[in-house]
Amino acid sequence: MHWVPILCALRHNKVGATLIALQIALTLAVLCNALFIIQQRTAQSRRPSGVGDEASVFIISNRWVVNSDDLPAREQTDLAALRSLPEVADATVSNDHPLGGPVWSEAMLLNPDMPRSGVQSMVYMMDDHGLDTLGLRLVAGRNFSPADVVNRHGLADHAGGTLPGIIITQAAAKRLSATGSVLGHTVLIVPDGISTRIIGIVDQLMSTPFAGNAPFSQNSIILPYRWADAQIFYVVRARPGQLGAAMVAARSKLYDISTQRIITGMQTLSDSRLDAYRGDRGLAFLMEVVCAILLVVTAFGIVGLTSYWVAQRRRQIGIRRALGATRGAILRHFQSENLLISGAGVAVGVLLAIAANLWVVRSVALARLPFLYPLIGVAAMLLLGQLAVLWPALRASAVPPASAARSA
Amino acid sequence: MFSYYLSLALRSLRHNVVLTSLMVLAIGVGIGASMTMLTIFRAASGDPIPQKSAQLFVPQIDNFGPRPGAPPQARDRLPPDLTYTDAQALMQAHLATRQAAMYPTIVSITPPAARQIPLQGTARATYGDFFSMFDVPFQFGAPWGKSEDDGHAAVVVLTRAFNQQLFGGVDSVGRSLLINNRPYRVIGVLDDWQPRPRFYDLGQEDYSGADQLFLPFTRAIDAQMMTSANFNCDRPGAGSGWDGILRSNCIWIKFWAELPDARAVARYRTFLNNYAAEQRQLGRFHWAPRVALRDVPEWLAYNHVMPPAVTTLTAVSFAVLAVCLLNAAGLMLAKYMSRSASVGVRRALGADRPAIFAQGLVEAGMLGLVGGLIGVGLIQLGLIGSRVELPQDLGVLTHMRASDFLIALSLAIVTALLAGLYPAWRAMQVEPALQIKAE
Repeated sequence: MHWVPILCALRHNKVGATLIALQIALTLAVLCNALFIIQQRTAQSRRPSGVGDEASVFIISNRWVVNSDDLPAREQTDLAALRSLPEVADATVSNDHPLGGPVWSEAMLLNPDMPRSGVQSMVYMMDDHGLDTLGLRLVAGRNFSPADVVNRHGLADHAGGTLPGIIITQAAAKRLSATGSVLGHTVLIVPDGISTRIIGIVDQLMSTPFAGNAPFSQNSIILPYRWADAQIFYVVRARPGQLGAAMVAARSKLYDISTQRIITGMQTLSDSRLDAYRGDRGLAFLMEVVCAILLVVTAFGIVGLTSYWVAQRRRQIGIRRALGATRGAILRHFQSENLLISGAGVAVGVLLAIAANLWVVRSVALARLPFLYPLIGVAAMLLLGQLAVLWPALRASAVPPASAARSA
Repeated sequence: MFSYYLSLALRSLRHNVVLTSLMVLAIGVGIGASMTMLTIFRAASGDPIPQKSAQLFVPQIDNFGPRPGAPPQARDRLPPDLTYTDAQALMQAHLATRQAAMYPTIVSITPPAARQIPLQGTARATYGDFFSMFDVPFQFGAPWGKSEDDGHAAVVVLTRAFNQQLFGGVDSVGRSLLINNRPYRVIGVLDDWQPRPRFYDLGQEDYSGADQLFLPFTRAIDAQMMTSANFNCDRPGAGSGWDGILRSNCIWIKFWAELPDARAVARYRTFLNNYAAEQRQLGRFHWAPRVALRDVPEWLAYNHVMPPAVTTLTAVSFAVLAVCLLNAAGLMLAKYMSRSASVGVRRALGADRPAIFAQGLVEAGMLGLVGGLIGVGLIQLGLIGSRVELPQDLGVLTHMRASDFLIALSLAIVTALLAGLYPAWRAMQVEPALQIKAE
């Protein structure tokens, strides 16, 4: 490879070459971090909820017009009616639902003497139908029996009481004790002040879809309460293929029983997932658009400036061709020149990417940039440079040797 | 002279259409990307109540005590809300010009017309001072006063939109409706009012969230209306029932005070410190008093209201602008240098160097103007895209104001001039004689 003529030629175009190198550096810095953010957000939006077949489970958000003492009885009437619908496989009532309900979290303690070392967990209140309705997989212990289930009417009811037993997720069990073997252990739940025993462990149940709550994202506890309050959620699993019919039947059944309610929403969990991660998917998409813009702009910058250089050096190219340089040699000249400029660009770019990541870590990303991303970025930028330079370089190689003889 | 440069520039730009289009597009894309995000960023970081933001304060009291186990960034933070007990104490002290405790609650509403089915409403339980403290405009009626606060009156203020929904937009003052099945009398209807971000209650839907009705705090407490926002406790509750919630150490009440000058602020700070010290003496707190008093801008910063996604996208979009600027500079350099011959002729015909430089900049400025106009079009596209892609809460911020339009055009011209600076300087270095010889 003839590096000397390349360096000589570059010396005459220092500023142009620097401009291209800087473009490549900036594009690389943004590209690495954007790819990383895209990957993280996409992974975030696909986190498992633990619910079996999210598309068959729908949530009815029910608000009672009056928070009266007979709510527990009314809810049992509703549930019996929902469960008797032919389109419905099972149903339960809860204070919450994964993928978008309110965040109700409490701390779970193995040792009540250390009140501030609890495992922060999402609290679900469901009866013995909860596990089947959500399709949760029990990995140890047992489900609630009807005898375990206790009425609870509102936040302040049952504060400081006891419960026959609770079911927790594997993630929460591992946080309680490194081995995760906490079945049968007694725990205290704060601030509710409930003392109880762990009787079952489920594989997974997402606590909250929001990234900001990542530290306890899979820590959930299920309390065997028949939850009653002004705002409740009926969780309903439709029989296979009957989702639409089940949703229609459930709504009209509930309004048949009582109109002293407001059904503020009915949504499948798969739709709740789409809503919950709209922001993540949106950010990923906008990042993709930005990356595409940057790549196109940088590529056209290279094409434009290299074309100008080809036009400028037409005469010198003719001379080299007349002196015996092959077309391939001219092609390689421009390709090597671009490799040199891109190489300088990516070297600066990697440093910029790492610096940018330090800032991004504090704002949106959850972790440091893995080494893989700068590597992908470097490869992408070098390839982009080579592709962009191809057309002007081919034009250069087509310059006939005779043009050396003509005036510029 | 300027018009001559302009016609020269036009001719030159027409000369190489491909290069000109590339430059204009580079500037347009850079402006489109950066100004789309800057528009959203500016809307997100705006002062929600500019006339008063330095006179409105949130008091904070440390009722949870030291938390050695908490992560470092959370350890020094004070509880964001107050307990009912502390909020009551602050209301009763009555040390600010105006003050209002408040919390949001979701209610059921049965409209007066029998055929309408019940609906859900987002209500705010607060004091009468809320409306005058925040300069809330009224379309009909007026806010309730001290007598309604003290009398736990069953009155309600509706927003304009909610009055439209319930009463078809007529003056509904004096009409009645059922809230959680209890009768309330409409005492006022707000005019359009939606501060963004909703500084007085941060945490959920800071930009799009809106209250639909307002009712006296004292009445809401009587009716046992529970908060629909955070209810945070650090230890098992004081007891059960509604009374247990009121007496608990759980935080859920937001509190705002209007303090007109530095003296009032200092006095309030002293009061807060004394109050915390007194609670310690009474045996309620077992730690040194920790209190804070933050005005609106401080409160927004403390709560990190600006969505991180917006900050990141804004930074990234300015990186796009920088790449576009470098790109345009490179292309302009190529273009100006390929015109050396004609510059040489002009120089030989008597044009001095400043004239060549000025003409170069005029050409760059024109590129900027055209690029900027293309950019404005792209901003509209970008804002529509952002509205679709960003969460609903930020969607409300994707509207361009006249000032954004002006910023976009000026930024485009400044960008182009910056990009043209070096190429124009190089162009003016061309020697007249040399060029004529070469021709």
